[in-house]
Amino acid sequence: MISPRGIFARTGAIFTKELIQMRRDRLTFGMMFAIPVMQLILFGYAINTDPKSLPTAVHAEEQTAIVRTLLQALETSEYYDLVLETADPEESARLLASGKVAFVVSFPAGFTKRLIRGDRPQILIEADASDPAASSNAIARAETIFTQALRHELTGALAHLAPQPPPFDLVVHPRYNPEGVTQYNIVPGLLGVILTMTLVMITAMAMTREVERGTMENLLAMPARPSEVMLGKILPYVVVGAVQTVVVLITARYLFNVPFAGAMWILLLGVAVFVLANLALGFTFSTIAASQLQAMQLTFFFFLPSILLSGFMFPFRGMPNWAQMIGEVLPLTHFLRIVRGVMLKGAGIEDLQGALIAMTLFTLAATAVAMMRYRRTLD
Amino acid sequence: MSEFAIDVRGLVKRFGEKVAVDGVDIQMPRGQVWGFLGPNGSGKTTTIRMICGLLNPTQGEGTCLGHDIVHEADQIKLATGYMTQKFSFWSDLTIRENLEFVARLYQTPSMREHVDVTLETLGLTKRQHQLAAALSGGWKQRLALAAVTMRAPKLLLLDEPTAGVDPQARRDFWDEIHRLSTDGMTVLVSTHYMDEAERCDQIVYLANGKVVTQGHVNDIIDASELITYRAEGNGIRQLASGLRGQPGVDHVAYFGAALHVSGTNRALLEQVTANREQTSIEWQEVRPTLEDTFIALMAHASDDRRPHA
Ligand SMILES: Nc1ncnc2c1ncn2[C@@H]1O[C@H](COP(=O)(O)OP(=O)(O)OP(=O)(O)O)[C@@H](O)[C@H]1O
Ligand SMILES: [Mg+2]
Repeated sequence: MISPRGIFARTGAIFTKELIQMRRDRLTFGMMFAIPVMQLILFGYAINTDPKSLPTAVHAEEQTAIVRTLLQALETSEYYDLVLETADPEESARLLASGKVAFVVSFPAGFTKRLIRGDRPQILIEADASDPAASSNAIARAETIFTQALRHELTGALAHLAPQPPPFDLVVHPRYNPEGVTQYNIVPGLLGVILTMTLVMITAMAMTREVERGTMENLLAMPARPSEVMLGKILPYVVVGAVQTVVVLITARYLFNVPFAGAMWILLLGVAVFVLANLALGFTFSTIAASQLQAMQLTFFFFLPSILLSGFMFPFRGMPNWAQMIGEVLPLTHFLRIVRGVMLKGAGIEDLQGALIAMTLFTLAATAVAMMRYRRTLD
Repeated sequence: MSEFAIDVRGLVKRFGEKVAVDGVDIQMPRGQVWGFLGPNGSGKTTTIRMICGLLNPTQGEGTCLGHDIVHEADQIKLATGYMTQKFSFWSDLTIRENLEFVARLYQTPSMREHVDVTLETLGLTKRQHQLAAALSGGWKQRLALAAVTMRAPKLLLLDEPTAGVDPQARRDFWDEIHRLSTDGMTVLVSTHYMDEAERCDQIVYLANGKVVTQGHVNDIIDASELITYRAEGNGIRQLASGLRGQPGVDHVAYFGAALHVSGTNRALLEQVTANREQTSIEWQEVRPTLEDTFIALMAHASDDRRPHA
């Protein structure tokens, strides 16, 4: 019974059965591919499709024709939506902090005069960069918008002011973003979120489904050992995880143009360990939960901190200590370091081995709990 | 190697307060066919589950095919075929896929041919690619039975294998059981059918988690010391209602157009039948049937019998 052929045969038998059942459950099967696509599109929309009409406050200390022209240009660019005027720097700060506006554009007193003199006066844009994906395009366009507006205005005698460098000094103050998150931070992170959500949820059902359908007694009456059942039930979803990874990476590359600075093999190694960690955890949940509903609840209980404390939603280093400690336990935290490190910063294996080891330990611990919890009798 | 296929002593199983099995001993020799009987909730399924290592006994110990029922469950599972009372194959697999799953798991040699033969014997070759969910209740039973017998285990534990199965299929099933037993297979079958009980080498009768009686059909009938009168003629319906509850009458049961009146006190019973001599009813003492015996046994055990106590 301990012969390798036996292990292979029994694991293979369960693998085949699970593959068939997975395919036959149309709804779940569809969800496994619909969910990643849906999430990519939803999250991707917010970050990558060039957000426009961002609420903007104007703090202009003079109202000249040129200032009005420049503001007009901002408005017609469609990136900025000039929603209100303010005269008070403190009020503009409050507006930014509360998120009522994304930008405050300031023109100092004497701007026009100094512009005509060729003094290169300052235009200040304070930006809420906590969601840089939303603000970066608008900021990048600002100089061009102003320069082109002036090119129309400064004709005739003032034409000498038109050529580069622009006759003003555009100063941008990005605020509330200590980590400098870019739009590229989110799509790679989504890979981790998608894998966590689908894989944990589906394997959490692995044993509870047998219980609820009344097939558990039959399965237990057969001579398959816990490790064989676990492996046989998990392996089909390794395949699913691989497909999801390919889908996300292709989407990241061709839909969102996320750069890929590092080595693919490091990323794939990270994905492999991360997928196993999630599957092992899901299987553990399925040995704890008494019903499918409980399995779902456990999944969500795990999913929530994963999303919030892993650095996916909020900069990890910005969190309080206790939250960081919880975050360090979660596989997603380490996976985000790997996927962002590899894709955005070109990190090498020596930078990421800590994360790999942490995820491996998590997998081993989850497997140990699953083996302890696995019931071999109906008691 | 133990001379017994099943050798358990003092098995007790408690579920919280509920005592499902209360000190069961079974010594069953190899190669025999035994019937496992008893009213609903008497502990048959629970006992079988303990024998094949699916439940840990609260007390007691024993072996199954020489393997300890608590510590060597893996070996027991490999060598026995357990058919559950409730259909427990995968309804989202086809008939063939279910059989192949079992064959693979038990590493049955030349798996495909084996499954082919089994399907052919069952007469399910044409339907092999239908989902198991599509089968009727009786056919589900037949599929489950085929799945456990297919790999020729040393011991078959069958929990009401013929519940809901038609007479022809039941006869086929029993022919098959006896053929397998001639080849040396040991079979323990739980059933509620009297005719099936009569086909067994021995019967173990359980009530309230205890073995109440055990032995060959005739021994059990003799041991019950039951006396049965058969009444025939006009007006047995009125007779039946008049007899119920009379002193000495343990139970009254219809047998086609006749009535069986049973009790253990001959004097009282004869009084009852004598009083009725003047009517058109014809009385005759007969040998009690197994059913008479079991109904009497159940009546005795029924004082504390509750469906879900
Ligand atoms: N898992 C369980 N938890 C609590 N009580 C149980 C459990 N399994 C069985 N019982 C109780 O144990 C008693 C014996 O049940 P069991 O299923 O062994 O009876 P049975 O003889 O097989 O009945 P039937 O002829 O209806 O199949 C019943 O009262 C039942 O309610
Ligand atoms: Mg039962």
